[in-house]
Amino acid sequence: MDFGPHLLLAMLEGLVQASVLTLTALGLSLVFGVMRVVNVAHGEFFMLGAVLAWWITFLVGGPPALAFIVALLVAPLLVGTIAAAADWLVLRRIDYDPERTIVATIGLLYIIQQLTLMSYGPDARPVAPPFNTRLALPWFEFGSGGVQIYWPWGLSITSYKLFVIFAALLTGLALWAVMARSRLGLILRATQQDRETAQAFGVPVERVYALVFGLGAALAALGATLVVPIQQAHYLMGGDPLLLSFIVVIIGGLGSLRGTVVAAILIGMSDGIISVFFSPTLAKMLATLLVAMVLVFRPQGLFGSKPA
Amino acid sequence: MLELRNLDAGYGKVQVLRDLSLHARPGEILCLLGRNGAGKSTLMKSIMGLVRAQAGSIWLDGQRIDQLPAWQVPRLGIGYIPQGRRLFNEMTVAENLQIGLMARRKGADVRENVLNMFPRLRDRLNQRADTLSGGEQQMLATARALCLEPGVLLLDEPTEGLQPSMISLIRAAVVALRKQGVAIVLVEQRVEAVLQVADRVTFVENGQCVLTVTPSELHADESLLHRYVGV
Ligand SMILES: Nc1ncnc2c1ncn2[C@@H]1O[C@H](COP(=O)(O)OP(=O)(O)OP(=O)(O)O)[C@@H](O)[C@H]1O
Ligand SMILES: [Mg+2]
Repeated sequence: MDFGPHLLLAMLEGLVQASVLTLTALGLSLVFGVMRVVNVAHGEFFMLGAVLAWWITFLVGGPPALAFIVALLVAPLLVGTIAAAADWLVLRRIDYDPERTIVATIGLLYIIQQLTLMSYGPDARPVAPPFNTRLALPWFEFGSGGVQIYWPWGLSITSYKLFVIFAALLTGLALWAVMARSRLGLILRATQQDRETAQAFGVPVERVYALVFGLGAALAALGATLVVPIQQAHYLMGGDPLLLSFIVVIIGGLGSLRGTVVAAILIGMSDGIISVFFSPTLAKMLATLLVAMVLVFRPQGLFGSKPA
Repeated sequence: MLELRNLDAGYGKVQVLRDLSLHARPGEILCLLGRNGAGKSTLMKSIMGLVRAQAGSIWLDGQRIDQLPAWQVPRLGIGYIPQGRRLFNEMTVAENLQIGLMARRKGADVRENVLNMFPRLRDRLNQRADTLSGGEQQMLATARALCLEPGVLLLDEPTEGLQPSMISLIRAAVVALRKQGVAIVLVEQRVEAVLQVADRVTFVENGQCVLTVTPSELHADESLLHRYVGV
């Protein structure tokens, strides 16, 4: 394949990864923004989403599309409920003390991982995509006879991958609408800006925290459910999403959802492109280097506000 | 009526309020005077449930409220204007008011009333709270609390850093609320302002209410000010 079509292909693959990463990182960013909690177990909620998606499609059976739709709705809901319960039973009890929440979520990480190993086992298992038509993509060339359109061999994307991009976009817009336009969003922002004053105006901050922790985990689980027809479910799959989400949240600016989206697209796309042309390891190295640069030259992140 | 009985409260192991008793009746303005660090703000926070009572009790119209979760206290009709305003800075004026309205499910009519008291806020509904002038911020903090249509209003140094015209505006609002039967607890550093509006004056020292007098008694014996406030 020529360079042009090859680059387009890499960008499309990158966009799929960026979509999943955006959802996952938004979850981490939301939890940090509103609660000031660094959730080290975030990657495990991602993994749990993927594994539950496998279980659900396995149990529902029937046509792949039906089973997958059920998984897409139920897996994030279950993971969100588990996370909200963990918040209520663990984080609330330690009063969201920053250091202790880090230790507690590390504990949660291992508990979820080992319980999954004990029940689901060490195998990687695939979930059938609900639909998977291969769509060939055209390319343009400027020749002597003007613009020519042709269909390079291998330049294609599956309909499912387009769906992943679309679903992430839709979820992102929905989250934006909730945060900016709804009463719930107002309550979340009030809690984020001044927890004590929010309580003095009737906001049940502890319940808000449980909801936000659940919502953050559900976003990761949604990303995972979307990715599991592309990349199998495995009990150790939470590591990369955690690392990349942290990178994204730091680059985007702690607590800034807009920054998170921009950084996720940046990191996801460059990760995809560099992985295709060079190697995935180089992609991770460059992303980590970028974080280091951001921390040195712009510690508040691209979209974060300057510390007061 | 708001009543504090033998209240002990503080932060962690640090005790600030010691065996403090106090009450505020509907339609009266109770002013609290005391040195910096005497515990005035802590007293207000403990009424709001933001600082937990270690001993003693707090009552509102015969209902004990010190064991309620903090978020339920405003729903009973206690409006709070914290020291330093504590607005939701990244939100607009309208959104700050909305938070106040939501606390007790008040609607557009209450919002209208509040905006009529502070017309300058009406012109700035879509402006971010942190871009308001100091005086406008204090108006917003007051308006936000009035959105609860409170039966009890707690004001913690509402005139800090304001020019005289703004102070008289806030004072007019407080006096109007008294007429409506609101019980008002006002922490204030300016003695002359206190004397103009107060029905009773309570001196706070070392986390205790040491003395309660009327403004005329205070006029008669200025040495009280010297003793408890240091002026
Ligand atoms: N969050 C806190 N943690 C620990 N101690 C606190 C806290 N807030 C206040 N204190 C202490 O409690 C005491 C009373 O403080 P408070 O703010 O109630 O005083 P105040 O009478 O309102 O003073 P000012 O006139 O300066 O506003 C002070 O000694 C203060 O250091
Ligand atoms: Mg004070």
